[in-house]
Amino acid sequence: MTTPLVEARGLTKSFGSFEAVRGIDVEVHPGEAFGFLGANGAGKSSTMRMVSCTSPRTGGELRVLGMDPDRDGPRIRARIGVVPQLDNLDTELTVRQNLEVYGRYFGLSRAHVRAKAVELLEFAQLAERADDEVEPLSGGMKRRLTIARSLVNDPDLLLLDEPTTGLDPQARHLLWDRLFRLKQSGVTLIITTHYMDEAEQLCDRLVVMDGGRIVAEGSPGELIRRYSTREVLELRFPPGEQDPEPVRDLAERVEVLPDRLLLYTADGDAALAAAHARGVRPVSSLVRRSTLEDVFLRLTGRTLVD
Amino acid sequence: MTRVVERPAGAGLLLRVVPPGLYAGRARVLVERAYLVNRRAWLSLVSGFFEPVFFLLSLGYGFGQLVSAVDGVPYPAYVAPALLAASAMNGAIFDATYNLFFKIKYARLYEAVLATPMGPVDIAVGEACWALLRGGLYSAGFLAVMLGFGLVWSPWAVLVLPACLLVALAFAAVGMAATTFMRSWQDFDLVQLLVLPLFLFSTTFYPLSVYPAWLRAVVQWTPLYHAIELTRALTTGHVGWGLLGHVGYFAVMAALGVAVAARRLGRLLTA
Ligand SMILES: Nc1ncnc2c1ncn2[C@@H]1O[C@H](COP(=O)(O)OP(=O)(O)O)[C@@H](O)[C@H]1O
Ligand SMILES: [Mg+2]
Repeated sequence: MTTPLVEARGLTKSFGSFEAVRGIDVEVHPGEAFGFLGANGAGKSSTMRMVSCTSPRTGGELRVLGMDPDRDGPRIRARIGVVPQLDNLDTELTVRQNLEVYGRYFGLSRAHVRAKAVELLEFAQLAERADDEVEPLSGGMKRRLTIARSLVNDPDLLLLDEPTTGLDPQARHLLWDRLFRLKQSGVTLIITTHYMDEAEQLCDRLVVMDGGRIVAEGSPGELIRRYSTREVLELRFPPGEQDPEPVRDLAERVEVLPDRLLLYTADGDAALAAAHARGVRPVSSLVRRSTLEDVFLRLTGRTLVD
Repeated sequence: MTRVVERPAGAGLLLRVVPPGLYAGRARVLVERAYLVNRRAWLSLVSGFFEPVFFLLSLGYGFGQLVSAVDGVPYPAYVAPALLAASAMNGAIFDATYNLFFKIKYARLYEAVLATPMGPVDIAVGEACWALLRGGLYSAGFLAVMLGFGLVWSPWAVLVLPACLLVALAFAAVGMAATTFMRSWQDFDLVQLLVLPLFLFSTTFYPLSVYPAWLRAVVQWTPLYHAIELTRALTTGHVGWGLLGHVGYFAVMAALGVAVAARRLGRLLTA
């Protein structure tokens, strides 16, 4: 049995009287890609900051790499990589200097960081921009640079807070590819996201957070099996004209959204045919595989779209 | 994977007194960073050098035509060491307030630094050291100008540069501590409001004897007064044991400033 890299029991975080994290239990094992899935305000970043030893916990137990963040913060931080939700690159330095100076904060020698920066610039596909300023870089490039920077100390554990939020699809896929490579090279990843596809792509195991609590835990596949059906039939209507009553018994569960009905069923095509037979006339319809989005909707009663 | 980790050098004492969570003994790296940044922005660095030179020319020599000597010292030689101390103060305060505030509020630089093993004391000490180096550079430049104009005649003047460094360190430390309490750029008007009268009234341009007794007592408590007493005594050669009192004043000011700044930075940045 391997010891977990992160172990939290009843972990809480309060800001004044407001409880952002309300007692969560989490274990992350070596080599795993672990996800925190949740809408804005769920408490993901607060949790990540406690794990990365940049924000003290309010209550509960927390061990990272077998150590206590309150006591061994610097020793833990020496072995982890952190990608914060908002890029905090050093805008007064060049791309390359960002990597080199950051490595120096870890106490790495000048020669070591110089070589490491070259390697990481390659990895992040930023070699051509090495001696440019940071500010004019695109969002995707800045994100890649932040990720490259987090790797400068060869961390055992990498914490990524919404690594692809706000990026265009191409930039996201490039980032996913880099993260996938890291995972394959044995780095343990903890990722927060509110993108379902991201969680399904990258995470071996995840927890769904809502209002500072964990409401479900498992692999993406397990969660979908447990909280959803194999297929989902989406029936779109002009806003306000969706009426669940005629189709209520055609699915295990019917979800009413402002512009559509979601029918959770093992066989979407059969349900669609039955709906048509009853004279239901949606503007359009779609049969798709169930996703984590459906799990989230089921668990929290809300969509993740903000 | 081999890691080449440098042992912190020259940080022995602090490492032993400060809790390890707050100090990694790597303040030097922030000085390295500041060097890299300023190497590219050297113009703003150089401009700071000219300010006291202009004051020396206009007031020391221009105005000095009307005033021959103060306390037996020719007027330019009386004003020059005061300008030296004031430039050490100005350089240090500028770095420790405006630049620090920018880095805390907008660049979020320190948030990134604190995600590494570095602690708030590394930041406070590192930034204070940079401000000190910069202040020292200005002082050295101005001292060269003074030598050129023949305004230095005491061998004690070799000590004026270290004295300026101490003064710069103390102002930087207190400036940093003050900055951690600032909420917006408006608060910096307060800095101006404090620094300008310090510059004008701390016996920079005329002796303490001009003031009524109560004002004299007030001025004698202010930091730039002590700095000017120190530099003026060293360049004109009026040296006595009393100077150690001024040194003590700045040592205490620096220690308090760094302690408060480190504590406040830690709180500010790790909510
Ligand atoms: N420094 C802070 N001070 C006060 N409230 C905060 C602070 N940071 C986060 N919060 C609050 O805590 C809640 C959870 O925030 P966060 O952990 O950032 O959620 P997420 O990352 O899942 O969006 C939010 O309601 C947020 O407003
Ligand atoms: Mg967040």
